[in-house]
Amino acid sequence: MTTLDCRGQRCPLPVIALAKAIRDTPVGGIVRVLADDPAAAGDIPAWCRMKGHEFVGRSGVTFEVRRSGGTT
Amino acid sequence: MEDTAVPAGAPTSAGPDATYLDAATAVPPHPVTRQALLAALEDGWADTDRLYASARRARRLLDAAHESMAESLGVRPDEVSFWPSGAAAAQAGVLGLASARARTGTRLVHSAIEHSAVLHAAARHGDAVEVGVDMPGRLDLPAWTAAVTTPGVAAAALISASHEAGTVQPVAEAAAACADAGVPLHVDAAQSVGRLPVPPGWSSLSASARKWGGPAGVGVLTVRKGVRWVSPHPGDDRFRPRATGAASVPAMVAAAASLRAVLAEADVENRRLSALVDLIRSEVARTVPDVEVVGDPVRRLPHLVTFSCLYVDGEALLHALDRRGFAVSSGSSCTASTLRPSHVLEAMGVLSHGNVRVSLHRGVTEPDVRRFLAVLPGLVAEIRAEVGL
Repeated sequence: MTTLDCRGQRCPLPVIALAKAIRDTPVGGIVRVLADDPAAAGDIPAWCRMKGHEFVGRSGVTFEVRRSGGTT
Repeated sequence: MEDTAVPAGAPTSAGPDATYLDAATAVPPHPVTRQALLAALEDGWADTDRLYASARRARRLLDAAHESMAESLGVRPDEVSFWPSGAAAAQAGVLGLASARARTGTRLVHSAIEHSAVLHAAARHGDAVEVGVDMPGRLDLPAWTAAVTTPGVAAAALISASHEAGTVQPVAEAAAACADAGVPLHVDAAQSVGRLPVPPGWSSLSASARKWGGPAGVGVLTVRKGVRWVSPHPGDDRFRPRATGAASVPAMVAAAASLRAVLAEADVENRRLSALVDLIRSEVARTVPDVEVVGDPVRRLPHLVTFSCLYVDGEALLHALDRRGFAVSSGSSCTASTLRPSHVLEAMGVLSHGNVRVSLHRGVTEPDVRRFLAVLPGLVAEIRAEVGL
């Protein structure tokens, strides 16, 4: 599993890092993003919806995304 | 960040010749605003509560402004009061209704997409209960009905149409739920007055003159007869509900006169602007990859459209558009003083970064919109290229 530490970064930087990391992730694989920008709470699920990936969930500043058949 | 693609001679910032696309913040003054303001400055400067001739002239102008405003809103002249801004009028409405029902409780029910002035008023008053919206930005009516039906609700507040997404709210249905529960409803109609019919069923309603092309610094509050309303401010000895102190009669006259003029043009302008919004909605979705056009595509304000671009810094996009001569606003967190994303976009669950709100007015032409649509995809692509996407 890839973990991206995006704490201290403002949106859209965590989403940009996620988009780049998902390219190197196999379908079914998980990318974990640590992000403390308030905008990440909405923008990471919105990115998953727009790009066709699965938003697994959030715990505190930790977001998990599973690569699905969606686009990169 | 430098935008090196600006050709020589192009406007370098949104100056006087810029294409102004931020009507939802303030519409450039209608010609009638200017005329009425200048005319009323001559006769409307004196204090309306004194007994000499100049004061009586100012009083007649103020009375005429009340009558004209009341007619435009479909209410009685003595139900109209003027406030220093739309935000002040909205807060006076919400808090005035709630203050009059202190014995019932301190709970204020409001939608999640109210103007921040209403959210702050609700939070300060006491126990604020927020009701969500769906992804297009429309109120969750069953949740609203349940919320206003609980005991201890002093008042409720609902925006007539979202100032950020443009989605028109089911005010009549929400008002009926309030009426069944015996809860007074304040409607913040700042974005819809002058464009859409005043919705039915409310106890108080507020509007903002600069949102329809009237002068800045004039808010309007109307409280229906028979509704209990207690001013949230200490007030003074003036005889009817209003902001404390002497206000600008010329500005009120200009507000009333411009609303009348705007309403006379509204049908034609709404059709024209709504077609331009449809054009923006479809062209942005077609020409900009990875974009989310938000808000209800049908039940919406005629003049406002919002979209969010993946991987784009909203502030960078605003500045790039400004350098090309387009003035727009954004709900992205990087453009907010709070560094939080727009609570409206958050409540809708849509992308908040790379957000642009385009709002049109009578001075915007189809060629203006087409020029905007022509430059936007390149600017978005440039910003994305800088981050390697």
